[in-house]
Amino acid sequence: MTAETNFLLAVEGLSVSFDGFKAVDDLSFYVDQNEIRVIIGPNGAGKTTVLDLICGRTRASAGSVTFRGHELTRLPEHEIVRAGVGRKFQTPSIYEDLSVFENLEISFPRGRSVFGALAFRRDYLVRERVQDVAGMVFLDGMLGERAENLSHGQKQWLEIGMLLVQNPLLLMLDEPVAGMSVSERKKTAELLHRIIRDRAVLVIEHDMGFVADIAHRVTVLHQGKVISEGSLAHVKADPKVVEVYLGH
Amino acid sequence: MTTSTYLARKDVLLILLFAALIMALLPLALDPFRLNLVGKYLTYGFVAIGLVICWGDAGILSLGQGIFFGLGGYCMAMFLKLEASSVGATKIQSTPGIPDFMDWNQITALPWFWRPFHSLTFALVAVPMVPALLAFVIGVAMFKRRVGGTYFAIITQAIAAILTILIIGQQGYTGGVNGITDLRTMKGWDIRSDHAKLVLYFANAILLVASLLIAQFVRRSKLGRILVAMREREDRVRFSGYDVAAFKIFAFCFAAALAGIGGAMFTLQVGFMSPSFVGIVPSIEMVIFCAVGGRTSLLGAVYGALAVNWAKTTFSEDLPQLWLFAMGTLFIAVVVVFPNGLAGLYRDHIAPRLGRFLRPQLRLAPTGDGRKQGATR
Repeated sequence: MTAETNFLLAVEGLSVSFDGFKAVDDLSFYVDQNEIRVIIGPNGAGKTTVLDLICGRTRASAGSVTFRGHELTRLPEHEIVRAGVGRKFQTPSIYEDLSVFENLEISFPRGRSVFGALAFRRDYLVRERVQDVAGMVFLDGMLGERAENLSHGQKQWLEIGMLLVQNPLLLMLDEPVAGMSVSERKKTAELLHRIIRDRAVLVIEHDMGFVADIAHRVTVLHQGKVISEGSLAHVKADPKVVEVYLGH
Repeated sequence: MTTSTYLARKDVLLILLFAALIMALLPLALDPFRLNLVGKYLTYGFVAIGLVICWGDAGILSLGQGIFFGLGGYCMAMFLKLEASSVGATKIQSTPGIPDFMDWNQITALPWFWRPFHSLTFALVAVPMVPALLAFVIGVAMFKRRVGGTYFAIITQAIAAILTILIIGQQGYTGGVNGITDLRTMKGWDIRSDHAKLVLYFANAILLVASLLIAQFVRRSKLGRILVAMREREDRVRFSGYDVAAFKIFAFCFAAALAGIGGAMFTLQVGFMSPSFVGIVPSIEMVIFCAVGGRTSLLGAVYGALAVNWAKTTFSEDLPQLWLFAMGTLFIAVVVVFPNGLAGLYRDHIAPRLGRFLRPQLRLAPTGDGRKQGATR
């Protein structure tokens, strides 16, 4: 069984339908430790839905999601997060009224209960972690800035930073470089390579240049099913992929 | 960060100014009758503080704070009524030793839920706990199912209506539409004398300032930041590992407990409690004075409670039929013209000038203080 394997994440037979439309249909794939996996596919292929299913935002109608041997499909969202799954949304989702520091601090994995949050103190551990992560996501000079005032690319980085503060074992990013400049994309690619030492990253992306920069393996989705999987060169050469996605 | 300590000091200074106003200036300037009225207005300050946390910060609009104000008030009134209904004082009744309205309604024994209210300790614990408990039940039922926004507001409104109907309908147990009246003593101490009213006024003022400080502590903790974050990006908070429902339940219960304390102080100072302080209209009034004062500022909301209630008394003395129109106009003006209420006006117009005028060196400090709390939505 999957619990015996050493996959970090095992998705098996996952299905969900919305009003009879099967958005994800009997989907299976596996993610290893330290892997950057990219999911590509045409619009409506079910890419974002897959991330929603893994992180509990959408409930699966069938199938299983096993993370380090634990079943996730029944857990409430915050417990999936606490198990080590971090999720970045497609549009930057940050707290505009709070400072960059406070944005990162809220993700610090301590004081997550009501009374824990009441007793939470900003000690050196918190400061250090926030400083470190801010450096990683290129925001070290901006900790006091209100998040509202960041550029679009910086907001994307800030949200990635918020996930890193959580120290997740699996990082799921939904189009992390959308709206970024070429140099920002390059920096983001470097960032992803740097952070996967202790974790795996699952990315949805359309930008094939960026995919080539980061992907260890690529999974191609079409109509809620996997149609091809492997290295980028492999899937690019796959006639089915060319037909439904890359050919257009 | 240095900004935070500066802010904390400034906030504490403003709270001290408020304390000086209600504990020194007003008692010296007003006659006992007017001071008692101010004491009554200040009991709504507790509700306002709760609404700032619950509505201003966490974004949960409750149109049913009258429920909790009333429950706190009734808990206190039940104790006082039992003390006023000793066997000796009620020997002309067919059943001596029970409250008079029960006797009038042919009830011959004290109902079970009244019995614990013989104890002052129990009553004092019940004042914040009964409202908080009801808020907890409502909160679990609503927030765990992710009911929020308008639906939540409507449900709280419905509960306020239900509670009013229940109180009025169960006259024998609650005193009905008249409420619980003719309250006299608290552990033998006559609460109707001028001296007692003065003592109660100060007790109320001290409790209010203490509540302000506690609420200030909550807002400055990480919990306070999570409430604001939740209002803006509920999903982001949820996917940062927080149980969003638990935080909403906390904010709602906190507001309910404070409203309960306000209700109890109201009962003590006014001398009775009735369903007219529980229902839909008083609940909406509470939201309005919080909005007028500024729902994102603790002190603003408390000043709002004072100002609106003072205006209500003044208007009602001269032009009672116009009061509701005046209040409606006020509310529309707040929503349209100054969404952050009096506190917003102070932050945007008076505070910068005051700072420049009084302490020029403060201009060097970052000016993010107003915006930080003054969320615009």
